[in-house]
Amino acid sequence: MREAGGEGDAGRGQLRAAVLPVGRDGLLVELGTAEETEALHAELLRRRARGTLPPVAEIVPGATTVLLDGFPSADAARALAAELPGWDVPPLTGSAESALEIPVRYDGPDLADVAALWGVAEDEVPRIHTAAAFRVAFCGFAPGFGYLTGLDERYHVPRRADPRTRVPAGAVGLAGPYTGVYPRSSPGGWQLIGTAPETVLWDADRTPAALLAPGTRVRFVPLDPDGPGHGERGAGPAPGRRP
Amino acid sequence: MADGLQTARAGVLTTVQDLGRAGYAHLGVPRSGALDTGAHRLANRLLGNPETAATLETTLTGCAVRALRPTVAAVTGAPCPVTVDGRPAAWGQPVHVPAGAVLDVGAATHGVRSYVAFDGGVDADPVLGSRATDLLSGLGPAPLCEGAVLTLGAPPVHRPSVCCDAAVWAGPPRELLLPVVLGPRHDWFTPGGLRTLLSCGYRVSPASNRIGLRLEGPALERAREGELASEGMPLGAVQVPPEGRPVIFLADHPTTGGYPVVGVVPREALDAAAQAPPGTPVRFAPAGA
Repeated sequence: MREAGGEGDAGRGQLRAAVLPVGRDGLLVELGTAEETEALHAELLRRRARGTLPPVAEIVPGATTVLLDGFPSADAARALAAELPGWDVPPLTGSAESALEIPVRYDGPDLADVAALWGVAEDEVPRIHTAAAFRVAFCGFAPGFGYLTGLDERYHVPRRADPRTRVPAGAVGLAGPYTGVYPRSSPGGWQLIGTAPETVLWDADRTPAALLAPGTRVRFVPLDPDGPGHGERGAGPAPGRRP
Repeated sequence: MADGLQTARAGVLTTVQDLGRAGYAHLGVPRSGALDTGAHRLANRLLGNPETAATLETTLTGCAVRALRPTVAAVTGAPCPVTVDGRPAAWGQPVHVPAGAVLDVGAATHGVRSYVAFDGGVDADPVLGSRATDLLSGLGPAPLCEGAVLTLGAPPVHRPSVCCDAAVWAGPPRELLLPVVLGPRHDWFTPGGLRTLLSCGYRVSPASNRIGLRLEGPALERAREGELASEGMPLGAVQVPPEGRPVIFLADHPTTGGYPVVGVVPREALDAAAQAPPGTPVRFAPAGA
């Protein structure tokens, strides 16, 4: 069932993917890059909204894959596997969609280490981090935890060699190409650069419960440790607001 | 609806379960729900409840609850002694529990998890449409503790007059035979590693839980090192961590992960996996299409 799609000869949007079977009624679509993965994920959601995707229980993006799990039958999974490589998938459009703002106080215990890894002064870290446009590539680890891409490759950092047994809720961390905000206190090995005290990432009583879903665009805005008025942010706390 | 039950004996782990919250894996929310879905559904059917009604899932040692109003219960899954105020009652049949009486679901004589359905179902607050306790993420009601009060839903209008599908359960086989569909990452293992999986015997590890059935036995030889970029994980995934021993993902499994999945055990084989106590021999066999 492994099929390589349109190499070179087809339109720009044509899918280049390997389609791997997962159990009897699932597929894993493997793509070349995170951008292609997000473009396919967006296309799958469009087709599902239009009613042209066979019913499937879960559509779960990963770093460079999308898992389609729980088709009604093995035949339905096989049919889509055969059809997928011929899909014309439009590339991701620009960031016309407004970004969710997450106010951050850059006071994390690993700020100095991250500055050293980046080769910049400590006070440059917030400037670089707030300048980047982030997207939720995929979720996992805990309900409401999004793996955000958007930092330039030169700012990718390894996980900590000694993971912490307790990372507080709201901690903003870096690992590999990702930024993440811990929805609740848990063990963790990410390099902590700050805290997002005003943002509730997960609230089961809220609709939607998860603030971050795959595809959500995010910008971090600086929160002055000495009070409001610093940077481009307004004064009032507005957890997870969309401008 | 008024309070229905008070926990008299919580057992080592008793949780509220239903058919889970499928459809939220992309947000990092596990499906959760009863591990032995067949037993959960049967317990509800015996009472005329919808199969989505919440039941109690016990672990090895059972549990006991005092009825705060008259109710009818049915116990399925792992066979166990059932008593009402100390008097023997039926397993796998509707049992009347008068107000004030204690229903005791004893330790499993074989298997691991018994399911206790009540007239109208356990009525905990649903989270994302499900009352299931998810032990990985902490969603849903907390596991039972002594004294905790559970609410029951409205009893069904039509109760089955004849109990027709309470087939006696033979109990778990002495050996757990798990069909496996290879992939998506079986190419991360050597042909020898795949032969190990399909020909060597494993045993259920005591470290197994609602997240995964952990196995003891030979490690699978890897064809490539390194970590996989995080990808979606299906129910029944046979994930192989770096030390090489397979873990079969059960209902509370993480939704994404970075260890390769050598194969997937089809859903219908997982009920038996949920009933295999530590030490049970396990063999894998290629699943038919």
